Amino acid sequence: MLADVHPTTEWYLVLSAVVFCLGAFGLLVRRNPLVMFMCVELMLNAVNVTFVALGKELNDVGGQLAVFFVLVVAAAEVVVGLAIIVTIIRRRPGSDADDVSVLKG
Amino acid sequence: MAVLDLVWLIPAFPLLGFLLLLVGGRKLGEPRAGWLATLLMAGSFVATLAVFGGLVSKHAEQRQFSQVLFTWLPVGRFSVDIGFLVDPLSITMCLFITGVGTLIHLYSIGYMHGDEKFSKFFLYLNLFAFSMLMLVLGDNMLVTFLGWEGVGMCSYFLISFWHASDANASAGKKAFVTNRIGDWGFMVAMFLSFSAFGTIKYTELFDSINKNGIATTTATAIAVLLFVGACGKSAQFPLYLWLPDAMAGPTPVSALIHAATMVTSGVYLMTRTNPILAEASAWVPTLIAWVGVGTALFAATIAIAQNDIKKVLAYSTVSQLGYMFLAVGSGAYVAAIFHMVTHAFFKALLFLGSGSVIHGMHDDQDMRHYGNLRKFMPITAVTFIVGWLAIAGVPPFSGFFSKDEILAAAMDKSPALWAVGLLTALLTAFYMSRQVFLTFFGRYRYADARPDEIDAAWNAKVSALRKVADEAKGVVTKATDALTAARSTLEAAVGDDRGPSEQAVAEAERWSAEKGLEAADAQKAASALAMRVHQQPRAGLSLLAPPDVAEVDAELTHDIARRREFHPHEAGWLMWVPLAVLAIASFFGGALNLPFWHRTKFLESWLDPVLAHPHELSFGGAKLVALGAVAVIAGLAGIAIAAAVYLRGKADPAQIELPILAHGWRYDSSVAAFMGGPGRQIFEGAALADRVGVDGAVNGVATLVRETSGLLRRLQNGLVRTYAAGIALGAGLLVAYFFVMAKAG
Repeated sequence: MLADVHPTTEWYLVLSAVVFCLGAFGLLVRRNPLVMFMCVELMLNAVNVTFVALGKELNDVGGQLAVFFVLVVAAAEVVVGLAIIVTIIRRRPGSDADDVSVLKG
Repeated sequence: MAVLDLVWLIPAFPLLGFLLLLVGGRKLGEPRAGWLATLLMAGSFVATLAVFGGLVSKHAEQRQFSQVLFTWLPVGRFSVDIGFLVDPLSITMCLFITGVGTLIHLYSIGYMHGDEKFSKFFLYLNLFAFSMLMLVLGDNMLVTFLGWEGVGMCSYFLISFWHASDANASAGKKAFVTNRIGDWGFMVAMFLSFSAFGTIKYTELFDSINKNGIATTTATAIAVLLFVGACGKSAQFPLYLWLPDAMAGPTPVSALIHAATMVTSGVYLMTRTNPILAEASAWVPTLIAWVGVGTALFAATIAIAQNDIKKVLAYSTVSQLGYMFLAVGSGAYVAAIFHMVTHAFFKALLFLGSGSVIHGMHDDQDMRHYGNLRKFMPITAVTFIVGWLAIAGVPPFSGFFSKDEILAAAMDKSPALWAVGLLTALLTAFYMSRQVFLTFFGRYRYADARPDEIDAAWNAKVSALRKVADEAKGVVTKATDALTAARSTLEAAVGDDRGPSEQAVAEAERWSAEKGLEAADAQKAASALAMRVHQQPRAGLSLLAPPDVAEVDAELTHDIARRREFHPHEAGWLMWVPLAVLAIASFFGGALNLPFWHRTKFLESWLDPVLAHPHELSFGGAKLVALGAVAVIAGLAGIAIAAAVYLRGKADPAQIELPILAHGWRYDSSVAAFMGGPGRQIFEGAALADRVGVDGAVNGVATLVRETSGLLRRLQNGLVRTYAAGIALGAGLLVAYFFVMAKAG
């Protein structure tokens, strides 16, 4: 029965939308910087899924190519972002994202 | 050609001097700083001579050369070069600026001896010379304006050179502020020229006038505004106010800046822009001529009643500049330049001579204290007399020729102008003769008791006498009281001793009564003396005999004893050599443009290419000779009147030196009263309008921006999640937008 079920592109898109919304929701409601960071990664990867799915559907290798760019940028972002988060936590242990607002106008 | 390329050297030498003195002036000290400045000025003179030679060797039509050093301000269509225009006019100016300037530098080494700001003085002089040369050499209005402001600034520095005294400092400020009014005229004229022709370069301007012509209104406006500028710098009515006060500066400055060079820049500017003036309405030259001749007469009347030796020369300068404007207004530019050159010679000579007198008289500038100084300062006296004869218009001295040319041109324009000019010539001869007679001839009056001293002595005598009388009266009163008491005691007493005592008391009473009379006499004498002092005629100039002070000799202050010991002295060679050179130039200066034959009119043929419309007299021969003779007679009459009054004592000088003349027709004080009263309110109103209106608008815009940004600032709350929410909202809106568009399309 399960063998009859063939996932179509829509499935992937729906999955991607769900994951993206989870990420976005998490980013908005959580205060722990590390968790917020993971939510950003969720959103990025949701987009990656979209790229790959549509690349397959449209027979265009460009979709997969875009994913590599996103991965590289995400890796760079992780390096910088984690360094910042670690520094913040070290300096003010137990602080959350709302505590870091010294740059307000 | 190669020689003409050297023109940049002319201003470069004084600029170099300025820079060197700026860096090392104080280290060089006295007298080396002065020698450095003088040598560089002489270098500039040599460079001018070389360029002059180069120019002379060319054909009359080709005597124009411009050199562009670099582009100073390239702004779109508008571009200004630092460039020099070499032509007969600018080189004539340069020749006498550097020539007379070198002599005055040399003189200053002697005059400024011992001044603590010695090197700074030469620094300013060199900067001044540089600015003046830029003014005359500039090939466009802006470079001329640069020099124009530069000389104004140096003039300010040098007038208030001894700024420890308040009067000197405010004289400098007065000169600066008065000149601003003129500068305004020049600037607006420059803007107008640019908007009318698209250029401010003289050659392009005049070419454009030649080719395309110019609207009369525009030409009139530019010419009038330029004349306003010239009025400021060349001290014409109503802006002449600053020049007499400018005498607060050291005397060489008065000679260089306020007689020979800077004040001529207005005349230069009018001559330089003569093609514009030629296109202006006919009333403009008439206005210029009348302002000129009016100023000449006005200043000459004031000069009559001045007692300060430099003030006389200052008003004389204003008057002579008026002659030059009369020439400009009459279209006789050559005559104006001719008079400018000869005036530079003889006025510099007179100023330097007066400086030598002031130097020899220990800074006393009051001519009433001089007299017979030719015995003590023969060289100064001889050279000064040459200058006097030149300015008085006695042939064959230079002033005669140049002034005569102006008067002839004035006659051509209007006999009324000529008549006023002639009257001024008479007055000029009179006040200059007065100065010479008071200073170098007559009785030596320095050791005389001065009117205020005599008054003080008389008052001292009266009050001493009063004091004696009062004291005597007091003693007598006391004695009388004591005697009365003694007598009553005596009458009450009884005894044999009464007889002799009574006799003694009676004798004492008699004595007391006598003394009382004496005291009353003394009192009466004191009152009589006070009466006499009161009625005594005010001592004026004691020209023929010293004032009679025999009665109060003892009371005179010891100042007189000190003055009796004093002997005036002749200046050193550093000071009399320039005097001698200038005297020679003042004597022969007329040879520049002899009117006898067209071949001897050197200056006229030399300057002709610069002029749009060469000036031709409509008459000649006998009429010219007659005019010259009348002018000579007027000059000699002035001298004769002065001799009658100041040498022979035929009339009381007080009848001529009216107080209103001494106060300059109260013009200065009226202006001061207006500016301090209603004028001040006008300016304060303008300042208020500026503060409320203009500043209000500017500050209002700034406040608006600040308040708005204060509101927007709240958005940046520093919370990362708020920004994320903003992004999410924006993304949501975008999606909704595309969704709606997709549905619609």
